[in-house]
Amino acid sequence: MYPILTKQVFSDVTKLITIRARDIAQKAKAGQFVIIRIREEGERIPLTLADFNADEGTITLVFQEVGKSTMQLGTFHPGDTIASLTGPLGCATEIEKLGTVICIGGGVGIAPVFPVARELKRAGNKVISIIGARNKNLLFWEDKMGEVSDELIVCSDDGSTGRKSVVTVPLKELLEVHGKEIKKAWAIGPAIMMKFCAATTLEYQVPTIVSLNSIMVDGTGMCGACRVEVAGKTKFVCVDGPEFNAHEVDWNLVLSRQKLYLEEEKSAVDLYTCGRQKDE
Amino acid sequence: MSDQKELTIKERMAIERHTMNLQKPEERVKNFFEVALGYTEEQAQSEAERCLNCKKPKCREGCPVEVPIPEFIMAVRKGDMKEAVRLLKSTNNLPAICGRVCPQEIQCEESCILGKKSKPVAIGRLERYVADWELKQGVKSPVRAKQNPYKVAVIGSGPAGLTCAADLAKQGHRVVIFESLHVAGGVLMYGIPEFRLPKKIVQAEIDYVVSLGVEIRTDYVIGKIFSLDDLFASEGFDAVFLGTGAGLPIFMRIPGENYNGVYSANEFLTRVNLMKGYLFPEWDTPVKIGHKVAVIGAGNVAMDSARCALRLGILASMKKGISPPEVHIIYRRSAQEMPARAEEVENAGEEGVIFNFLVNPVEIYGTEQGWVEGMRCIRMKLGEPDASGRRRPVPVPGSEFDMDVDTVIVALGTRPNPIVFFDASGIERTKWGTIVADEATGKTTKDTVWAGGDIVTGAATVISAMGAGKRAAYEINIYLNNKARGGKK
Repeated sequence: MYPILTKQVFSDVTKLITIRARDIAQKAKAGQFVIIRIREEGERIPLTLADFNADEGTITLVFQEVGKSTMQLGTFHPGDTIASLTGPLGCATEIEKLGTVICIGGGVGIAPVFPVARELKRAGNKVISIIGARNKNLLFWEDKMGEVSDELIVCSDDGSTGRKSVVTVPLKELLEVHGKEIKKAWAIGPAIMMKFCAATTLEYQVPTIVSLNSIMVDGTGMCGACRVEVAGKTKFVCVDGPEFNAHEVDWNLVLSRQKLYLEEEKSAVDLYTCGRQKDE
Repeated sequence: MSDQKELTIKERMAIERHTMNLQKPEERVKNFFEVALGYTEEQAQSEAERCLNCKKPKCREGCPVEVPIPEFIMAVRKGDMKEAVRLLKSTNNLPAICGRVCPQEIQCEESCILGKKSKPVAIGRLERYVADWELKQGVKSPVRAKQNPYKVAVIGSGPAGLTCAADLAKQGHRVVIFESLHVAGGVLMYGIPEFRLPKKIVQAEIDYVVSLGVEIRTDYVIGKIFSLDDLFASEGFDAVFLGTGAGLPIFMRIPGENYNGVYSANEFLTRVNLMKGYLFPEWDTPVKIGHKVAVIGAGNVAMDSARCALRLGILASMKKGISPPEVHIIYRRSAQEMPARAEEVENAGEEGVIFNFLVNPVEIYGTEQGWVEGMRCIRMKLGEPDASGRRRPVPVPGSEFDMDVDTVIVALGTRPNPIVFFDASGIERTKWGTIVADEATGKTTKDTVWAGGDIVTGAATVISAMGAGKRAAYEINIYLNNKARGGKK
């Protein structure tokens, strides 16, 4: 059992928890993920690490309540325990000194892009970050991202915070202005955002990495639920990724495989919210 | 029985082999409860009377863990169940599992002398009877061996790892099993379905291993959280046994294999068995099954997948009030070459699984939204025998045809998961990804590391993995005792 130590509520659907997990915190690197199962009857869900602290033996996860399991996790408090936690899984981000790089975080994807930006900064890169969300409520870590970036651009779809735009608009401007100076970009967020970021950077031939969040069961290469096609070859997100060359990902496949269990997810949410209303 | 006059050999041979009591096919397809119900006391006693108690028992030689078979059967005959348990467990740490899933027909029972004239003694069923009797009484915690200072890491808690760990703990070594999933048991938990091997039976056997003093750390993926090198360098282990099995699915590499509705058997069975997908939504993991299912392959895993799919489909059709699903086995060779146990094939057939022989898929079709909607197949014929001795299937030109399916489960085998080899210096592998290890001792190319089970042989059986775990434990014990004499620690 893994105890939750702290909890922060960013919005009614976006929450942060830190969990005591000494051995995972020792080994964790930017870009890796864990699989959590919140209760005995729970499903195994992958979450990319938002942060980790080897000295304190903790890891940080930020999640958005999109299904039954994350809604239930949202009701957990410090002192509660989650049934199982496995990690660190997947390959770490390849960090090297390149020059100027761009880090893009969309929605809950701001969390996993943070350690990537931090490590890139530590390695001596000039880091320009773009973070965006649908509205002010769903945007978080402006401060933390600011600390690890040389330049930070904030935007929201409705203009309630920062620029009123999607992340690809400032991205395109940066590429126009800085051109060849930009050596690489990282984009983490909803699949559709990553798809459009990939299309944007492709025009300027800027190598771009995305972090895919596929449906998984074991997270160690055993089931193949997370398969994607990259450069025409089948890859497993859990062991070959989660980061891939954005320009080689078959985005249509990523998007259609995300819909695999939509029906079941919806019925589970309906049943859960119905049960909660009864309890109240 | 013990008071009665001894039977003559002729009388013993006149007793017919007792058939297994089974749930009726039309009933069992509507539930996930165990299909085989086990012997009654009378049946077990009578079956035990059939044993000729040969002077040179061949059956024992046929057993990878050398269970003293005639001796435990004699104990059953006398009604001394405690003694039967003791004898069985003297070499087999997991008898309730072996009694259910061992291929006895090609091991102990194949060697049984009775089999020459009539049918062999039902050794597997008697083993199960004895093991279940013990579980019903409540397994007594064994007296723990005196602990010695050496620490052994066992990677993987499947049949090889559990056996190796139990045998080493019995010798007083401190054993820690690292398991990547959230429950121990490996393939016994995620692979073999509830209706063939109830999970509470597996758990009881694991509890027994723990009662010997073995520590199990679940959620530890070796190669990620610790590497093999870390286990020696920073975690202080003196020896390691690798029993991580063959967990990586093999796909067909045909067009359309990534459409929604195509599963590896590993994923499908894990969703159903480990994650209890058949209990969705009470349990959170969903498993989707269509109305016309094709399972590719004809091994035990294919039979398990087909029978799980059939049950899920029938339960769903009852709920929705629609016609029951069709579940097909698609196999490129003929019935004679099927690698599955005869009993499993028979059970699947009785339940309504449809067998398609000499057929091979060439492409899977999908809808615009990315869901499976059909499969193109080609007919095959058997040519000359290949390296495995089986006749090689060759395509019949121009014989392509389309099958209308909405779910495809690929059960064509597995290979070892390479994750454990990250920072595992000195460990050599074959071109198939298996570990180079001596079959008799489990010794790898690194002095302090042993391996056994599917990670060495490629996908095989529970009992052969247990045999390998046992042999490696024997060797590791010798190594550690030598080390103790050398006074190194």
